[in-house]
Amino acid sequence: MEKEFIGKLKEVLEIEDHEVNMSDEFRTYDEWSSLAYLSVIAMLDEDYEIQMEEADFKKLRTVADLYNATLEK
Amino acid sequence: MAYLYYKGVGITALSAAVPRTVINNYEYTQYFPKEEVKEVVDKIGVFERRFADADTCSSDLCFAAAEKLLSDNNIDRTEIDLLVFISQTPDYRMPATSVILQHRLGLSNSTIAFDITLGCSAFIYGISVVYAMMQQSGLRKALILDGETRSKVYSPKDRRTAFIFGDAGVAALVERNEKFGESFFSLNSDGSREGLIKIDAGGYRNPSSVETLKEKVVDEYGNIRSDEQAYMNGGDVFTFVNREIPRDIKNLLEFTQRDKDSFDFLVFHQANNFINTHVAKKLKLDMDKIPSTIEKYGNTSSVSVPLTIASELKDKMDGEKSLLLSAFGVGMTWATAIVPFVDLKISDIVEV
Repeated sequence: MEKEFIGKLKEVLEIEDHEVNMSDEFRTYDEWSSLAYLSVIAMLDEDYEIQMEEADFKKLRTVADLYNATLEK
Repeated sequence: MAYLYYKGVGITALSAAVPRTVINNYEYTQYFPKEEVKEVVDKIGVFERRFADADTCSSDLCFAAAEKLLSDNNIDRTEIDLLVFISQTPDYRMPATSVILQHRLGLSNSTIAFDITLGCSAFIYGISVVYAMMQQSGLRKALILDGETRSKVYSPKDRRTAFIFGDAGVAALVERNEKFGESFFSLNSDGSREGLIKIDAGGYRNPSSVETLKEKVVDEYGNIRSDEQAYMNGGDVFTFVNREIPRDIKNLLEFTQRDKDSFDFLVFHQANNFINTHVAKKLKLDMDKIPSTIEKYGNTSSVSVPLTIASELKDKMDGEKSLLLSAFGVGMTWATAIVPFVDLKISDIVEV
């Protein structure tokens, strides 16, 4: 499940040349931007049926936080 | 939950007007680097849009569309008993723009005229209001004029909104006729989301002042606007739309016992390509039945649904057609309608 999630995250953030680990703070990635944010919330909606608002998203810091959010559903 | 239901009333003719000035979005690079602009434009799918000049208002676009509609269809102006103007960019704070258009179009003083101010879902709200009045026996013909100059509302220095919006106006003729079958409307509102899309100042809560006109840096990305320019929280609008729109459409389909594949066309508010394709995918809709103008006219707010019909369905509306209409926006408000058309006459688009 973790592996699958990381794969999806890499795909929507268009990450090709580095690893993604659960402890990473995703906002520090070069690929992170306000447009990348839209891609991530679209992915959460499409693949996990989670509609997350910005205020809640701001509380998430690491890839693990994102992944855990998909489990809470 | 309540739905509105009408019979024997429909739109018989439609025309649209757009400003002649074309904005090429890839070259809209006055305030942002070309590379960044390209990324945004590719994401939202708005490649061109039209901007009205300083002297052109929504009413001018609607006037041009109305003149075209009246002359193309040989309409006797004395038979127009109702004029509704839909916009969030009116000519003045008062009087209502509909009244000015009544005179300008040479309509009689017995014309019922008023404005509807609501935002992106307003055309669907508006046809429901007009259908309701037209179902009574007294009125002969009604004109819906729907125009927006959103280019004047948003800051070109705020990348969240600088590349999305365009200007346009439409005119729709509504008549009573037994040939029209049933139409259904679901109209909704959620004022707890008033802050998602908003102009903070310039009304009576926060009146215009020197302070409200000052440009300010408003966020960590360095976006700049004044309190009298609109802002939009695109992410939360996206989330809201994905929660509410598919649900509203599914509920209305269930209520009317209609299948999503039973429509000739499904016309959505042209918000941006990112939202629109996501919603269509989520509902597993047939993309061939979903006309789009987002790439050439951008988001024209309440005008986008009728503009997309006028632009993309010309010569495709002969005979009986069943359309599903869906729109959402500022408020938030959202609306779904199932509307029959019979031999809809669509004029060529006028450039102003």
